[in-house]
Amino acid sequence: MAYHCIVCAKQVPDTKRITGQAMKEDGTVNRAALPAIFNPEDLNALELALAIRDQFGGTVTLMTMGLPAASEILREGLYRGVDKAMLITDRRAAASDTLATSYILSCAIKMLPHDIVLCGRQAIDGDTAQVGPQLAEKLGVAQITYVEQLVDLSGKTITARRHVGNGFEVVEGKLPVLLTVMDTANVARPPAARKIMKYKKARTPAEVSGAVAKEMGEGAAPEAVAAEAKKRCAALAARGLLIDQYDLDGIKADLTWCGRSGSPTKVHRIQSVVLTGSEHKAIAPTEDGIRELVAELIEDHTIG
Amino acid sequence: MTTVNRNGEVWIFAEQEAGKLSDVPLELMSRGRRLADELKVPLAAVLPGSGVKALGSKLVSHGADKVYIIDNEKLGVYQATGYSKTICDLVREHKPQIVLFGATPIGRDLAPHVASALKCGLTADCTDLEIGDHTPPGSTDVHKNLLLQIRPAFGGNIIATIVNYDRWPQMATVREGVMPMSEPNASRKGEIIDCRSTLNGLELPLKVIDSQRRPKKVNLKASRIIVAGGAGIGSKENFRLLWDLANCLGAAVGGSRAAVDLGYVDHDHQVGQTGTTVRPALYIAVGISGAVQHRAGMAESAKIIAINTDKDAPMMSIAHYGIVGDFRQVLPKMIKVIRSGAGVKA
Repeated sequence: MAYHCIVCAKQVPDTKRITGQAMKEDGTVNRAALPAIFNPEDLNALELALAIRDQFGGTVTLMTMGLPAASEILREGLYRGVDKAMLITDRRAAASDTLATSYILSCAIKMLPHDIVLCGRQAIDGDTAQVGPQLAEKLGVAQITYVEQLVDLSGKTITARRHVGNGFEVVEGKLPVLLTVMDTANVARPPAARKIMKYKKARTPAEVSGAVAKEMGEGAAPEAVAAEAKKRCAALAARGLLIDQYDLDGIKADLTWCGRSGSPTKVHRIQSVVLTGSEHKAIAPTEDGIRELVAELIEDHTIG
Repeated sequence: MTTVNRNGEVWIFAEQEAGKLSDVPLELMSRGRRLADELKVPLAAVLPGSGVKALGSKLVSHGADKVYIIDNEKLGVYQATGYSKTICDLVREHKPQIVLFGATPIGRDLAPHVASALKCGLTADCTDLEIGDHTPPGSTDVHKNLLLQIRPAFGGNIIATIVNYDRWPQMATVREGVMPMSEPNASRKGEIIDCRSTLNGLELPLKVIDSQRRPKKVNLKASRIIVAGGAGIGSKENFRLLWDLANCLGAAVGGSRAAVDLGYVDHDHQVGQTGTTVRPALYIAVGISGAVQHRAGMAESAKIIAINTDKDAPMMSIAHYGIVGDFRQVLPKMIKVIRSGAGVKA
């Protein structure tokens, strides 16, 4: 049978590649200077969904919630072969914690047929790994986290191998399910050149509006900007290049559970990790130096 | 669950597998004890499982005033659905103010499911927990005695403190190994409470058809001395020198993520954010530059020796002793000095 897969992805700052340019003078990270990327393990989730579709048929929908700039990862999904991409963007969703995020995603997913919902194990900016299980609870489907291998899929039964720290577990469940996928599960396919040619001009309405507003300048009448944006969106849609976009009303979300009001966790304090040049004792790399060091460690009972 | 219950207890999820308690609830017990004492409320352990009643006294000896045991065969092998319903029902009944889980594969699977069902907050992977007051920005309301949930974020480049003042319980998962386990006291008294299971009629959605665990090749958490290497070691053969030094010190061997990814040493040996968090008496960092993710897992070591050709490596800045030099020359000298006992002053 064919399966409808939905992949939830996040655009994240590339925290793994913090170079000198991304460091401020005080030793803290300049987040704005970090490139924004497709969260790495979400690419593994996407790959698993595409592999399921390639083998069994069905559809893959890629969904992200974020600023209009997050449309970029939707294009990356189109380059890799997703059937449908969907941006959820709304100012009222700002400051959502994992609970509010999972609620918003669940509202969007409930609008679509879904047999298998896939998330990356965790995002590299927050490393919480919470949205997947929270989403499963909100959708009322079983969760299989830390998936490192899809063992079998036949009819309504899925069998997957999960990584559990010091070993693995093979679990079997009935669809629909939610999987969170590890980086060890697969190697994501590269974007296809043909699809890049096809979709590089694909845009979300928010991107179109942004571009039009910029072109027409600050003095332009809002109505004129909106009319031009609408015209361009219609032209894109006619060529199959308009990416679906929804706001919170469009997915019928209850605003109480979105954004700040839907987020029980609040930031109390943020401290940047600054490397302070603490005083360490320099030891000469010679036998005498090392003998002195070892003696000191024995004396304070660290070794010996 | 939306009510703030100032008299609520402090709870710790007593994770066990096959009737054996994990380390992490016992690690959490000592900090939980401190939080509960500060709030002047009881500390309780929540122990779901099948055939687990014997574990209650161990939790008491580690500091629990109460142990809620929910014994049901459907809880024999962990899966989120049954465990989450059990804990949610118990939370609704007793209204604890704090619920803590270990940030283990089970805790990280379970806690978000519970938080979603209770519509309460959850902070992942905390490295520290304290009690403190919070005033929301732009407000004059002071929320007293909240759980301050402290965690690294943004790839370890920032430390965030999170609070949760309006929708309780306050929940967090806590990294393994960051909180020292206290010594058990067999004479401690506590109340063991048999709770009625609420799982009758519930069909579990998953079936575990195979499960394989292998013991870790090394127990880094229990090691007094760790000799750890990074990308700077250059090869698996060169790593031999670290094993030699470790052998003569009775130490364990650790590695940075880079060293593990390059295949110099097995993943079981990995120290850092995605590996094991350690706090040994002595940590010898050889050819490890000291990325934040690595430092997060070892910065609490009592003594740190950094051996690196780069005098400006970040590891040098947290070390107590720095040796600028090539480990291929430095380690053999260390081994020689230690073997000869020449370091011992007469």
